[in-house]
Amino acid sequence: MSASVSTNPALQSTITGYLARQRRWTALEIGFWVLALAAPLLMPGQMLLLNEIAILGLFALSLDLILGYAGIVSLGHAAFLGAGAYAAGLFALHVNADPLLGLVVGTVAATCLGFACGFLVRRGTDLTRLMVTLGIALLCFELANTFRGVTGGADGLQGISMGKVLGLFAFDIKGRTAYLYSLSVLFILYLVARRIMASPFGLSIRAIRDNRLRASASGVEINTRLVAIYTLAAALAGAAGALMAQTTQFVSLDVLEFHRSADLMLVLIIGGAGYLYGGILGAIVFKLMQDAIASLTPQYWQFWIGLFLVLFVLGGREILQVAGQRVRAQISRLFAGKDA
Amino acid sequence: MLTILFDGVAYGMLLFILASGLAVTLGLMNFVNLAHGAFAMAGGYVTVLLMQRLGWPFLATLPLAFLLPAVLGAALERTIYRPMYAKTHLDQVLFSIGLVFMAVAAVDYAMGSQQQLIRLPEALLGRFDVAGVGIGKYRSFVIILCGLIALSLQYVLAGTRFGARLRAAVDDQRVARGMGINVSGIFSLTFAVGSGLAGLGGALGADMLGLDPSFPLKFMIYFLIVVTVGGASSITGPFIAALMIGVVDVAGKYYLPEIGAFIIYVLMIVVLLVRPQGLFARAR
Repeated sequence: MSASVSTNPALQSTITGYLARQRRWTALEIGFWVLALAAPLLMPGQMLLLNEIAILGLFALSLDLILGYAGIVSLGHAAFLGAGAYAAGLFALHVNADPLLGLVVGTVAATCLGFACGFLVRRGTDLTRLMVTLGIALLCFELANTFRGVTGGADGLQGISMGKVLGLFAFDIKGRTAYLYSLSVLFILYLVARRIMASPFGLSIRAIRDNRLRASASGVEINTRLVAIYTLAAALAGAAGALMAQTTQFVSLDVLEFHRSADLMLVLIIGGAGYLYGGILGAIVFKLMQDAIASLTPQYWQFWIGLFLVLFVLGGREILQVAGQRVRAQISRLFAGKDA
Repeated sequence: MLTILFDGVAYGMLLFILASGLAVTLGLMNFVNLAHGAFAMAGGYVTVLLMQRLGWPFLATLPLAFLLPAVLGAALERTIYRPMYAKTHLDQVLFSIGLVFMAVAAVDYAMGSQQQLIRLPEALLGRFDVAGVGIGKYRSFVIILCGLIALSLQYVLAGTRFGARLRAAVDDQRVARGMGINVSGIFSLTFAVGSGLAGLGGALGADMLGLDPSFPLKFMIYFLIVVTVGGASSITGPFIAALMIGVVDVAGKYYLPEIGAFIIYVLMIVVLLVRPQGLFARAR
């Protein structure tokens, strides 16, 4: 990836220094993951919700890679979630019930799909990409709907029973294993994404987002890099789908629905795109909000999502950003003694 | 065979009426309005309500199915759409998806989620034979009405002073503004007319396309296909695209019901890859 073109040494050391700083862990981040690990102790009755948050967080992390870093607008990310979920579900049903093997199968399936689709989103405007990604997701939905014999159609894949994780931990009804399993996968894949985005490759992806023409003039092969990042994002989404299939032991057409892709945009936008944690934070807010509103008016939950989106774009984002900056300033003041 | 072609043309004509407003929004303001179908749904429900609650005849409801969505469109354009024009496509998409979600849930709350049925007047029911080809009366009515609307749209665009201004604004907004053309005024009017036409299409299509709260989501992709495949800079492009899609979709669902729905999506993806500007548009 790092084809070292001869640059002047001062510049090179600036870049290396920048990337090294990107890789360094802050106290805030470590605290976040410790808190995530301790969450089952703090909220023992809410393990299923926590599991959903972890999976949605992974899914949103995947969108962040292409939207936040590469600047590719996508309305069809559910295609990869669905590919991963169906592949993992079918694998568990017909071949082997081992969760980790299934996870690999789901991820690989989505990766292949993502690689193929990557070639379709390389060119064109935002609008073209929106349409193409939306078209791909709709195609996948129709495929799953048509091949009822394989996918179970609207009834879904039923009767999936998963083996133990690593042969040791069985999935329990309270969702403890499920959450810890999903959280570990999320953490590992987050590490992978973090390492990749703090590499020269990740830097070049951001260069493409910021100025395509200039990036290509400085020798970045735009097309191959976009396909690569798109494939990586698809892999993460596939892993999220596989986790969803395994922990709920059920897959239906719902994983490919349009609202999955639209909600995902909202999740990422709530948390903020382009710094990897946005998707996870957004997933926490989104799921808690959904849980709260759904207990009041389960049927009309969509109305509130819609209202939120409209208000958000009309001016709520600025308010949130200012609030976020204040909170961040407060926190960094708290940690100032230890960090500096 | 010819019956299918005929049905496809009727379907395509409807799609054109539904999507023509979107073509203008996208071409003129470069605004991605995914909520266009909500106006069509509004028109459909106006007709349903007037017929069911007040007992109006079907034909008498059509003017209102045009007017009310048009007024609604004008009001929304003035208030919340206008700040969106300068934002990115991503923001516009989020915003209009939000509107769609709100419209879907609100209609579900007010009217219930069931499919709405409308009773067409006796005169439009049944079919007649022309040289052995069965032709539905209602479908011919739709084709004639939509054809007339398409012709008058074409006349307004190509033959009137307003049309000339509109085309100038689509071609180059800044220069048009510099020449003293009131671009935002033109836009408000076309947005309102586009919403009204969508409403009319929704009312006409209640019988052929069905009408329930998920209408805007179900048909969003069709409107977008019409506009992106046809290109957003003229009215003939979307017209031809709509007819093509109507015929292909009806024929595909009839002859190859297993894979009928794919054909449209595959067609769209291929067209977008080969001609990102649309089939009938000039590259800019």
